[in-house]
Amino acid sequence: MTREGRENLAGWVWVSPWVIGFGVFMLLPMAMSLYYSFTEYPMLEGPVWVGAENYARMLGDGTFWKTLWNTAWYGAVVIPLATALSLVIAGMLTSKVRAGGLFQAAVFIPTLVPLVASAMIWMWLFNGRHGLVNRALGLVGVDGPVWLERAGWAACALVIIALWGVGQQVMIYCAALREVPESLYEAADLDGMGPVRRFVSVTLPMISPVILFNVITLTIGTLQVFALPLALFQNSKGGPGQVGYFYTMYMFDKAFADGEMGYASALAWVQLVLVLGLTWLMFKVSGRVVHTRG
Amino acid sequence: MFATLACVAAMYLTPLVWMISTSLKPEAQATDGSLRLLPVPASSVVERARANYYGEEAAGGAWKPGVWTDPSVDFPRFMRNTLVVCALSVTGMVISSAVVAYGFSRVRWRGRGLVFGVMLATMMIPFAVLMGPLYVIFGRLGLIGTLAPLWLPAWFGGAFNIFLLRQFYMQVPRELDEAARMDGCGHWGTFWRVIVPMSRPALAVVALYHFMFVWNDFLAPMVFLTHRDDFTLALGLQMYQSKAGNTPWNLLMAASTLVVAPVLLLFVLAQRQLVSGLSAGSVKE
Repeated sequence: MTREGRENLAGWVWVSPWVIGFGVFMLLPMAMSLYYSFTEYPMLEGPVWVGAENYARMLGDGTFWKTLWNTAWYGAVVIPLATALSLVIAGMLTSKVRAGGLFQAAVFIPTLVPLVASAMIWMWLFNGRHGLVNRALGLVGVDGPVWLERAGWAACALVIIALWGVGQQVMIYCAALREVPESLYEAADLDGMGPVRRFVSVTLPMISPVILFNVITLTIGTLQVFALPLALFQNSKGGPGQVGYFYTMYMFDKAFADGEMGYASALAWVQLVLVLGLTWLMFKVSGRVVHTRG
Repeated sequence: MFATLACVAAMYLTPLVWMISTSLKPEAQATDGSLRLLPVPASSVVERARANYYGEEAAGGAWKPGVWTDPSVDFPRFMRNTLVVCALSVTGMVISSAVVAYGFSRVRWRGRGLVFGVMLATMMIPFAVLMGPLYVIFGRLGLIGTLAPLWLPAWFGGAFNIFLLRQFYMQVPRELDEAARMDGCGHWGTFWRVIVPMSRPALAVVALYHFMFVWNDFLAPMVFLTHRDDFTLALGLQMYQSKAGNTPWNLLMAASTLVVAPVLLLFVLAQRQLVSGLSAGSVKE
């Protein structure tokens, strides 16, 4: 065998664990779920081909639209708020403040808390009668709501909890901000830019690829939100008015509670198309806005 | 600036502080509307911690269990399951990802760029698309009802970790490879004598992250674990909360602390690695 041939073979051998895993735990399941999505498949019996019926059924499925809408508003609110908040915090953390490392750790630590434990903690904090949030509100004379039992307030609670978990974004933005060359800021100062203009015309363009990365990560994550609302609303399909009933939760219920693997697979494929489509769209739109180095 | 940041930091830490504080109080004091951090009298805190976490002699000499000894949930068992899954999964993930990353950075072969691109793209695929068929596949293999579905896939590497390690390998100087080759090392020798020793910090980052991921995971255990005896801590905590309807808050917070504490401890011990891993994954190209 030639040297080149040996290297080609060696390459495949070295990456074979991943290639095999990809085939067995990803490609095969994806092919199966694509096939299932065109079948009626009660878990105890075999799949029966029904064509595009599952996809047609979604159009008239109120819960499908409800969970899709819930996921959409949650993303539309959380992603911009989380991005803005983490940029502000990262900006403060990188401005040579005393004890910056300590503060950074404080913001990062909540992201390590397992989601089910987060749900338990916030369930307690948002408790209408004894919760810390309402006790604190009581101190300033505000009579707090029964957070998790009113649809609107429960939605607020979900957003607050999401903002509690921005630590990873903050860390990534901190690293990106530290990479902006000091000379650019000096030039901006010479041009007489104020702090706001400097942020908009120097900092933002320099870190825009990182913002894009973070927003895409957040979007993919948001479309899959599952554990926290499930535990927070005690497996009740999203609490009051089903405000916290998200897409993946519905899919799980269809597959494993109702045993409708066919319909659940169709839901899964719609989710996959949405993830890929949104990611593609963001790359497309950002192509004009995001500054690429070199 | 300092004051604002101090407030922000306090707000981010309050939920955890309040969790621990509640777990150290008797039930009546947890819900008495006070903002105290310690039980009254403060000296009762050790005894109260023991009662909530471990158990106490109740009036009449009966044993009143704490969360750890509560026979209706069996947290020691959930802890053991979680540690078993973590250990097997982390070991497999580190070994396989380290090997595969070598193939993507040190061996030149036709198709490398394409396969690497496909691998990166798989990071976008939601687990939910796979979970139904995976349940069927693991069922065929007779693994539903065991812990294997939770750790077996890790032995084939993970896209993100392979990517992270490849980025790190790229920074290991090529001269070291050539020196090893002069000494008669093949790929395996180069990997084992040069790349692995040089990459210990990156391997530690992968191990840490994957440990956190497995410890945190909820959806996969929910899909694959059918017996209560196999439950992980995340599932066990959810079950503990929902089983009685009104679990006392002090005990629920004690149970939550049990689930959170190991991760916090790990953070304290390995803060630097965790932070470096985060920035390595995103900023450096």
